[in-house]
Amino acid sequence: MLPSSSLPPGAADAAPSWLAALGPFGPALAGGVLIGLSTSLFLLLTGRIAGISGVLGGLLNPRAGDMGWRAAFVGGLVLAGAGAALFAPAALGAPLARAPIFIVLAGLLVGFGTRLGNGCTSGHGVCGISRGSPRSLASVLTFMATGILTATLLRLIGVPA
Amino acid sequence: MSRPLELVAAGFVGLLFGLGLLVAGMVQPANVVGFLDLFGDWKPALMGVMGGGIAVNAVGVLIMKRMGKPLLGATFHLPTRRDLDKRLLTGAALFGVGWAIGGFCPGPALVAVPSGRADALLFLLSMLGGMALFNVWERKAALDRPAPAPTLSPNPAAAQPEPGGGPA
Repeated sequence: MLPSSSLPPGAADAAPSWLAALGPFGPALAGGVLIGLSTSLFLLLTGRIAGISGVLGGLLNPRAGDMGWRAAFVGGLVLAGAGAALFAPAALGAPLARAPIFIVLAGLLVGFGTRLGNGCTSGHGVCGISRGSPRSLASVLTFMATGILTATLLRLIGVPA
Repeated sequence: MSRPLELVAAGFVGLLFGLGLLVAGMVQPANVVGFLDLFGDWKPALMGVMGGGIAVNAVGVLIMKRMGKPLLGATFHLPTRRDLDKRLLTGAALFGVGWAIGGFCPGPALVAVPSGRADALLFLLSMLGGMALFNVWERKAALDRPAPAPTLSPNPAAAQPEPGGGPA
């Protein structure tokens, strides 16, 4: 469905041409740098870890005086998405060709798993690893392993991507 | 307790983070599935997201170590645990499975929702459901445990300093 054939091999789909011109890793690296800037800013300004599952989980577990910054952070993320929907819808890609039951199962696993394991790709992946946290390294190795295993399995049993 | 400047900072950081996810292609589930399909039609590009993010944030951590306290707050709220336990690894394992099935992790799901796309909305609601389910499960687990040892009950909101301030 996506015009991946016109992009360099390995490139992320539907990247704007000026980013694709940076090479297959260009958009991902540029995005990673922006993410690193934001997590650094958050740490130096507020002293907190920008872990999305933790920020979101705190909103579902309300504690007085701890809600405002969480809501503002989530609001910023949603605002970025609204801007993209209006001005750069290609950056949002297309839905997977998977039945809704897959999406529901995926959401439940991501929600429960990130709370049980105290973090996701942002808190453990970006923030934790750069702090040298052994827990974060173990988390990333684990979720990459089960992610690769699951993606492989789904392809082998013929679930479309 | 959140002061206005802290709210502005959090909102701006969320916006910048979302922009990074969009530029990186992380918000497109097909990219994530392609990235995790290591033995199939592998798309390695997303390695750059974590690489770039870790490199830049490592500089932030170096700067932090030279600061006594954050610019807008009283203390740094950093996790101090270094031990590996079953909860950490089980949680990460479940997250990985869900990430590969749906192609979304928590940040991209929030960014994708304003598009109004059904898959993004369905994923976000299910994810919030999973988090709520965890809260219920944890409360029940806490009741079932006769005397919870402090090291076995990692508080999800461990970002808050303990009253004593001792290392967790």
